[in-house]
Amino acid sequence: MSNPTVLKLHAITKRFGSLVANNAISLTLQRGEVLALLGENGAGKSTLMSILFGHYLADAGNIEVFGASLPLGRPRAALAAGIGMVHQHFTLAENLTVLDNILLGSESMWALSSKRRAAKAKLLELANRFGLVVRPEARIGSLSVGEKQRVEILKALYRGARILILDEPTAVLTPQESEELFATLRHMVNDGLSIIFISHRLDEVLRVSDRIAVLRRGELVAQLPVLGANKAQLAELMVGRKVVMPSARAHMDTGSKLSVAGTQKSPVLNLNAVHTAPQHGLALRGVSLQVAASEIVAIAGVSGNGQNVLADLLSGLVATESGTARFNGEPLPTTPGRMVRSGIGRVPEDRHAVGTIGDLTVWENATLETYRSPPFAKYGLRRPRQAILHAEKIVREFDVRLTDIRAAAHTLSGGNMQKLILGRVLSNAPRLIVVNQPTWGLDIGAVAYVHQRLLEACATGAAILLISEDLEEVFALADRIAVMHAGRLSHARPACEWSLTSIGLAMAGGEPCN
Amino acid sequence: MQLIPHAQPSRWRMVLAPLWALMATLLLSVVLIWWINAPILRAFSLLLVGGFGSLFAWSETLTRATPLIMTGLAAAIAFRAKLYNIGAEGQLYLGALAAVAIGGMHGGAGWPLPVWLSFPMMMLAAALAGALLLLIPALLKTRFGVDEVVTTLLLNFIALLLVSMLLDGPMKDPLSMGWPQSVVLNPDLELSRFFEKMRIHTGLAMAVLLALLIGFVNRWTVFGFEMRAVGANPEAARFAGIPVERVMLKTALLSGAVAGLAGAFEVAGRTSYITLDMSPGYGYTGIVIAMLAALNPVGVVFAAIFIAGVLVGADSMSRAIGVPTYLADVIVAISLVSMLISVMLAEYKLLWK
Amino acid sequence: MELLGILSGEVFWIAVLHIGTPLIFGTLGVLLCERSGVLNLGIEGIMVVGAFAGWFAVYQGAGLWLGVAVAALAGAAFGLLHAFLTVWLALSQHVAGLGITLLATSLSYFAYRSGFPTVSMPPTIQPFAEMSWLGIPVLRGQTPLTLLALMLAPVIAYALYRTPLGLAVRMAGENPAAVEAQGLSVHGIRTGAVVAGSALMGVAGAFLTLSAFNAFFFNIVNGRGWICVALVVFASWRPGKALAGALLFAIFEALQLRLQLLSGGTLLPYQLFLMLPYVLSIIALVMVARGAAYPQALMKPYRKGER
Repeated sequence: MSNPTVLKLHAITKRFGSLVANNAISLTLQRGEVLALLGENGAGKSTLMSILFGHYLADAGNIEVFGASLPLGRPRAALAAGIGMVHQHFTLAENLTVLDNILLGSESMWALSSKRRAAKAKLLELANRFGLVVRPEARIGSLSVGEKQRVEILKALYRGARILILDEPTAVLTPQESEELFATLRHMVNDGLSIIFISHRLDEVLRVSDRIAVLRRGELVAQLPVLGANKAQLAELMVGRKVVMPSARAHMDTGSKLSVAGTQKSPVLNLNAVHTAPQHGLALRGVSLQVAASEIVAIAGVSGNGQNVLADLLSGLVATESGTARFNGEPLPTTPGRMVRSGIGRVPEDRHAVGTIGDLTVWENATLETYRSPPFAKYGLRRPRQAILHAEKIVREFDVRLTDIRAAAHTLSGGNMQKLILGRVLSNAPRLIVVNQPTWGLDIGAVAYVHQRLLEACATGAAILLISEDLEEVFALADRIAVMHAGRLSHARPACEWSLTSIGLAMAGGEPCN
Repeated sequence: MQLIPHAQPSRWRMVLAPLWALMATLLLSVVLIWWINAPILRAFSLLLVGGFGSLFAWSETLTRATPLIMTGLAAAIAFRAKLYNIGAEGQLYLGALAAVAIGGMHGGAGWPLPVWLSFPMMMLAAALAGALLLLIPALLKTRFGVDEVVTTLLLNFIALLLVSMLLDGPMKDPLSMGWPQSVVLNPDLELSRFFEKMRIHTGLAMAVLLALLIGFVNRWTVFGFEMRAVGANPEAARFAGIPVERVMLKTALLSGAVAGLAGAFEVAGRTSYITLDMSPGYGYTGIVIAMLAALNPVGVVFAAIFIAGVLVGADSMSRAIGVPTYLADVIVAISLVSMLISVMLAEYKLLWK
Repeated sequence: MELLGILSGEVFWIAVLHIGTPLIFGTLGVLLCERSGVLNLGIEGIMVVGAFAGWFAVYQGAGLWLGVAVAALAGAAFGLLHAFLTVWLALSQHVAGLGITLLATSLSYFAYRSGFPTVSMPPTIQPFAEMSWLGIPVLRGQTPLTLLALMLAPVIAYALYRTPLGLAVRMAGENPAAVEAQGLSVHGIRTGAVVAGSALMGVAGAFLTLSAFNAFFFNIVNGRGWICVALVVFASWRPGKALAGALLFAIFEALQLRLQLLSGGTLLPYQLFLMLPYVLSIIALVMVARGAAYPQALMKPYRKGER
């Protein structure tokens, strides 16, 4: 009878500068087991798995796979030992085909020709065995997110993985697609594979796993069987204390009152049958949407269905081809500069690449949208002192933790960067706020803070459009929810009229959209 | 091998970086001189003395430094906004052409305008010529997404051929007996010399003033901030409302204008007429200078003087002991590469995995 | 018409292949580098080094093919330096490339001048002979290097699209993270591609001194390297189109030379004709820029562990 323990991590430690990402973590994995690695963003889950797969080299500790010691720091060794990884951000080349991506690295580098036909046959057989539908000659760029994930999984299976690591796999899936994924996982477990499932979503973890390991700030704080575990207990383990999420209920009471009143006035944002030209293959098709003052309307949907086109439209980066877009009765401004001046606040999806300029100082980023106007500039000359004062005010009011306001912005952590951006936007008292994935990658404290500030802004009269792939966030904040699919937007129904099933259906295109 | 950012980027490391680069350059030049069996110490002493060892040497060095400061500034301005202007060479020549066209035509007397009018017109024409030449690749970049490195490079060749064409034809000096050179500039329009018998001219003062001005623009003006923001992250700049294309085009106009003025300064201060070999690659050397100065305008002045001294010293060393003048070009190239490496190593640590 | 007369003459097409050969080698070299994700602006300087090294080896008594090998080696050496700077140290590919061009050019000129200090006439060697024994028209007027160039394009195409190594190179240029995730080394692949591409650039230079001309002189490369960079974009990074583009360009160049002679030189200044190649390159770049199918990771340095 072979040893049931397929994987043993022993005292794995990893430091990045002064940050201890993993602190002497020891874990085992049994054959045919689904182990969930639970923790909030920044807890060290991805780091640990990256060490296992060889992307990072641990500072201390060792790993045994199927009883043999694993050479660390080399993905090649991990692959040879039977470890496969489905990355959170897919490692696929858009311009090449499915077969190309899967074939890479599986043949000897110096072979004089690629055995593509045999590989294709093997791939199709594998896909069949696990119930994964795939088109080998399709270009990756033409695939949906769900299909791409299937390719990532097949990549690992093709290389003979017996241990599969999945890093936040459901983040990009509709509820129905997540179900399909769970079915596939069960199939794999029946085939004898062992699975490590990284997530920060309590519901899924409770459904899918046999055992749960909880990480918090780089430490393994608990390991427990799923039987008998409950959400509250897990949440407390994840965070280390009881966290009070801002009461959405209080908001909903006032909100629902106001939105009844609000719909009688003219909406702050009014999009009517808006079409745009295709941006990277996606276009808005006949999108209609109204957002009133003191109302939060959320756009749910799987990434890549046109949300970013909508966000770009509302950021002044994309123009309408037909239909009308009105802000406070006037035509929607068409450039970012005019948007800022008209009182539209925008929080972009990517805080590192679009929201801030990392090489500039924190105070320059705080006035990034207003650098040109008084009091920060006069006659074309900058007035740094005024800008620094304003930045200090934002830092105080929005709890941005930093050491030096004159330091480069890229030294800020993700959460503090987001608070800075939020502060920059909210301190202009905008009438409309467009936020795109505002809490992606943030720890639970920062998430609570961002949600609280948004609710406060809403209560003081701002209209808020929230674009989010996180259904928990959507249901926590929104008065009304609309679902985006393939460039079309569903009707924005009040939050209480949606269920997880119906919203999942809409996300997959099942619900009729206007 | 991996690059890890230093936890604490220290001031010391950034200051020492150019010194490491200098040492590496020195070492490799020593190797080269030794390899061709030339006397090493004598070669270096000749180099230093020839570039910096006497009043005359300094005059020559500063004269050579004047166009280098200008092309260095042109590169620094453009590169800061991530506009890779490799075309300063062509912009310099076109600027010189424009200057002579205004100040030297009609039989050498210039146009019948008073000097206080035609001088600024001449300078303006040179700046405009350089600016418009760079505007073409800049527009191709902003409108069509064409990479400006290759287009500015190709335009250098085109500009030089244009100069050759005009020197053979309409701008030919009738007195030059067939040698391709242009009509002479009106002597009243020339830049005056600082001292008798020394070639150093007021263009130097103007170049240094321009460097200070650009430094001021970079730090204190809204436009300077915009250039830096666009160079650091054009996508974020656009999102924040900065008019990225407009900033790029304005940067191109400014950079090209400075390069064009370099040509005007050369014609008005050093040569008085245009020849095809007027610029021994000043445009390209300007790029090296800008990189050595870390794109800092005041640093450009010092880097330009350093490089000019090396070039002048190499000339005199070559005359004395026969080491090819190309040694100077090698030194310039090595100092660029070693500067790049040492700045990178100041920010990042190298780790063998 | 005169044009038809020119186009139907064998002499014209022989000239086309003469002009095109260094462009074919150079463009394929840049193509290899850029497919793996690295822009190599050192080509102008590497062609100078190849021209000088190849010529110098033959001048010292080596056989012509050994000279070509030396040129390839010299190119590869500078390619290795470029790879070190851009792949391992992740320096700006634009600036590093220009630095390599400056370094390679100045070193070559320095070496040449120190070896041959006072020469009015450049010393010559016996270049490759035309293959007049070959029965095929146009090809019989070429040297063996041209045959090599013509055969190289399909070979590189096969290597890129049908071998595991070629797949790895293409992946490195599209998504380096994907390459690492499959257990391969991005740095290693990119270095290999850059070195191989630079060797080809060295051979391009050697053609100039060992076949086209029989001596080394200053400005022998005269911007051909930059034209190759433009041609790669024009060819959408595909070897077949690169071959076609280089030949198309050579046709225009050869035509322009003939037209110059025909027009007698008095109607239009000869400089206008000389400008044509550069103007054409710019036009080619503009035409293609809109729909360019860039290797997605081109010019993005890959820092291991930074995902």
